[in-house]
Amino acid sequence: MTNLEKYDKAFIDAFNVAAEDLPNLKYQDIAAWDSVGHMSLMANIEDSFDIMMEVEDIMDFSSYAHGKEILKANYEVDIEA
Amino acid sequence: MIFDLGKFAGNTALIAENETLTYEDLKIRAEEISGAAGGRCLIFLFCTNTVASVAGYVGFMNRGIVPLMIDADLDLDLVKNLLELYRPKFLWLPENLRENYSAYEKIYEQGGYNLLATNAETFALNEKLALLMTTSGSTGSPKFVRQSYENISANTKSIVEYLRLGENERSITNLPMNYVYGLSIINTHLHSGGSIVLTEKTLFQKEFWQALKNNFVTNLNGVPYTFEMLQRLRFFRMDLPNLKFITQAGGKLDPETHLKFAEYAAKTGKKFFVMYGAAEATARMGYLPAEKSLEKIGCMGVAIPGGRFELTGDGELIYYGENVSLGYAESGADLILGDERNKRLETGDLAKIDADGYYTIVGRKKRFLKMFGKRVNLQEVEHLVRQKFNLSEVAAAGVDDKMFVFVTAENLRDEILNYLSKKINVHPSALKIKFIAEIPKNASGKIIYSELENFYEL
Repeated sequence: MTNLEKYDKAFIDAFNVAAEDLPNLKYQDIAAWDSVGHMSLMANIEDSFDIMMEVEDIMDFSSYAHGKEILKANYEVDIEA
Repeated sequence: MIFDLGKFAGNTALIAENETLTYEDLKIRAEEISGAAGGRCLIFLFCTNTVASVAGYVGFMNRGIVPLMIDADLDLDLVKNLLELYRPKFLWLPENLRENYSAYEKIYEQGGYNLLATNAETFALNEKLALLMTTSGSTGSPKFVRQSYENISANTKSIVEYLRLGENERSITNLPMNYVYGLSIINTHLHSGGSIVLTEKTLFQKEFWQALKNNFVTNLNGVPYTFEMLQRLRFFRMDLPNLKFITQAGGKLDPETHLKFAEYAAKTGKKFFVMYGAAEATARMGYLPAEKSLEKIGCMGVAIPGGRFELTGDGELIYYGENVSLGYAESGADLILGDERNKRLETGDLAKIDADGYYTIVGRKKRFLKMFGKRVNLQEVEHLVRQKFNLSEVAAAGVDDKMFVFVTAENLRDEILNYLSKKINVHPSALKIKFIAEIPKNASGKIIYSELENFYEL
């Protein structure tokens, strides 16, 4: 699986959403991305990329797009590569 | 009158992002809203953690208007079903939801909320009836708990007494007000002259923690899942000098988490209260005194002041107290009913008592799970899936915060997941639909749930 596929799967598994809805998705946009969903998403991302996210990044992880930036800047995970 | 706002006129009552209200301010707003609704009637209150939602609630309660409390995000089809069943005279709802109810006339507005008149032919209300709360947070079930003015007064006073709440206490909304635990925080703080920071932000947003710190919040409250989130956020490392105590309710906290928070509280000079309750008992029935929280790990505690516990021969916990609700309503025709419980509640929980008189919940008499603080009946879940998908082989089981629904039809997984998470309002990541060749049953055809445990992924 590519990084993008892993990244998408983390969202799809956490929120039960379709891949085409992901690019513009933001925290609390949909009912499933609430605090419970966020816990699940963070766990999926940590497992998929074998990383441990810092609290600041967990709170900063406010959208599908911004999440990619966080992973690249702080965890050396390039989703677009 | 439920709220004596005049008593604390100059105190701060509510702190929102853009404004702060004293008790006097709250009184004026509450009276204006309830005045627009007139006299005693049923109203649907679409709850959010905002000033208009709280002011509406306070005003309605003080004027004998009965709010039926629902989550503002509740699915529209479910709301429409409730409207047909209960026929309220008014809706008090956020402006952005108004378009869903265009047939109703807007007769008043305040703070981003609208008062809509339905012109429905309403049902008669029993004189004791004060409030209608969902049995399990916000499922689509039309079943509501009928709470009386006496229930609410008694439970509020009792909670204020054992938590020793005073004018200097300040909480922050981490739970919704359509959930009995969330509402009890509002009731108790407004009863004792304390204040509440209103926010729609969650624990995973910086703004929540900024609001908590900048407003010197003293009390934090959560359900078991909140405590998992707090650990994920490395709560124990946060510097929160103003925080005085933490309360927990909404399901049994696992002993490891209980221990960690009790140790944290002991180390930092804060108080940690484990508590026990149900919507059927207005909110609270038991609590573990903070000074016992390290000594009695896993215990739920003792009965609240004015209440009493008893164990039946088969170990079911029975509660007696003034806060035991009148009964249930399943439609508007039930709103005329009086007290059906006579201050006695069969909790459905199995408990044991230790030598010092402290109770521990050890099991359940009925098959239900607590999902993020809300009680979800597994038999009802099975029934919903059977009916909707015309299936005969369905078994629902699991542990708190993680439900498994076993079906023998392989192709329906996504459809069942979508339907069920919406219908019972439980996060899809906490529901697993599992395909199984055959549902294990005994000779008489009863499902053997213990065998399903082998299929849990925890």
